[in-house]
Amino acid sequence: MGPGMKNTFDGIEPLVHKSQISVPYHWWAGETASRFFVELRDTKKIMGTRCDGCGKTFVPPRKTCPVCFTENTKWVECGPAGTVTSFTVVRKQQEALHHKVPVIFALVLLDGADTALLHRLDEVSPEDVKIGMKVEASFNETKDANMTAIAYFKPAS
Amino acid sequence: MERAAIIGTGMTKIESAKRTETFADMAWEAVNKALDDAGMTIDDVDNVVTTSNDFWDGRTISCMAVGDASGASHKNVSCVEGDGTFGAFYGLSRALSGSYGTTLVTAHSKGSESISSLITNASFDPIYDRWLGMDMVSASAMQANAYMERTGTTSEQLAMVSVKNHGNAVKNPLSQLPMSISVEDVLGSEMISDPLHKLDCSPVSDACCAIIIANESRVPAYSGCPVWIKGAAFCSDAFFLGDRDLSRAKALTEAAAKAFSMAGITNPSKEIQVAEIYDAFTYQELMWLEEMGLCESGTAGSMLEKGEFDIDGRLPVNPSGGLLGGHPVIAAGLIRIVEIVKQLRKEAGEYQVDAKRGLAHGVNGLCGQSHCVWVLDSEG
Ligand SMILES: [Zn+2]
Repeated sequence: MGPGMKNTFDGIEPLVHKSQISVPYHWWAGETASRFFVELRDTKKIMGTRCDGCGKTFVPPRKTCPVCFTENTKWVECGPAGTVTSFTVVRKQQEALHHKVPVIFALVLLDGADTALLHRLDEVSPEDVKIGMKVEASFNETKDANMTAIAYFKPAS
Repeated sequence: MERAAIIGTGMTKIESAKRTETFADMAWEAVNKALDDAGMTIDDVDNVVTTSNDFWDGRTISCMAVGDASGASHKNVSCVEGDGTFGAFYGLSRALSGSYGTTLVTAHSKGSESISSLITNASFDPIYDRWLGMDMVSASAMQANAYMERTGTTSEQLAMVSVKNHGNAVKNPLSQLPMSISVEDVLGSEMISDPLHKLDCSPVSDACCAIIIANESRVPAYSGCPVWIKGAAFCSDAFFLGDRDLSRAKALTEAAAKAFSMAGITNPSKEIQVAEIYDAFTYQELMWLEEMGLCESGTAGSMLEKGEFDIDGRLPVNPSGGLLGGHPVIAAGLIRIVEIVKQLRKEAGEYQVDAKRGLAHGVNGLCGQSHCVWVLDSEG
């Protein structure tokens, strides 16, 4: 604060200007994610892309391999079962959440994949979740071609 | 490399909500303090780098909004979106380029003016991940679990980081959260996202920080006491959390190795005498220390228990109180540099440690996707 304006706020509340950024936005999913989402909705298959260079299979699928900087050309079916590589149980109701706490988020390394998929766990008590536990996808009946075609992951039967 | 030094620093106090100051007001204060410290006027500044984030500021091209208050009009000004250490890296490159002898670098944000959970949720991939509703805290909690599982680090050890850093903050008049607390206080505080309690998390903060970097040829022209940049490097990892081993920070290991090699350091755990580390969450201080090679993997927790990272320990870590003492996003890393400059100039007051060589560290992205490491020295 400049010395000339030192007394500006004497005896008054600083003025707050209230506003928000609210800009509707649409992202084209691109051909790789589009194929992934359509397959997920119509056939309940979780597809990854494989790199010819390093042999890694990426789920969710990417068009390019970040390791080799080449195009991933092969599609490979992965899961629907996999292993929890890490997780957290959110206990405090944060603004970004769409579910009531406790909410369990997890990284799931699907069978046949080399990268883990970020998703939610359900049908399990938070206290029973462990790194290394086996889980499987629970699918939604949905018309939407997006990630919500997997409702959540649950302990493998 | 060609030589450059930090010859001036300035920062505002870190506060939970700066209700009487705008972004530009904060920049004005920090920049003028840095100019005074360097013994310069704005005419001595050859170019300016501002560091900000549009989502946090609630406007596009946010960097330009602080340009006037940073003396950037009629100068070459450029912007970095990300942590202040990355802005400083760009500023250093410019000072070494031969085109500019001096660079003013600023970094600001006000966490108090928006909703952190929504802002950080927007850093997730919009097509695959954002819809889940994760944010910086839940992502970091997931990393904390992965790190603790791999290394056996305990919640009590995490809590001790909070006790140490809030305790150090008591001696730092610019920190936001000076607190004398116990391990029990931390473990008893609200569980936000397992395993992170409220007191394992840094606070929401407002602040601005500025530094002036000068090419060696310009250093003698000003009265500011130079602190020499011996090494500076950054490295980034994959974007998607599931692509990385979250229990490790490969990018930090590489960035640190590069910075140490530039500085001619062969045994960092012996040669670095003070460190200011990006402790946005308690586990991060321990994990980053290990991954940057300042101690063996999996040993930071037990070294902390022995007091080695205390203000009077073998390697004081975050003597200023760190981010747990105040976490203005964007500015936080630049403040780490300023704190090391204070230590090496013997200007750190009540939290002064005995050190000639220090390390400052900044992070950008979720769960430490990218890291920037600086090695600073009181002698040229
Ligand atoms: Zn590859």
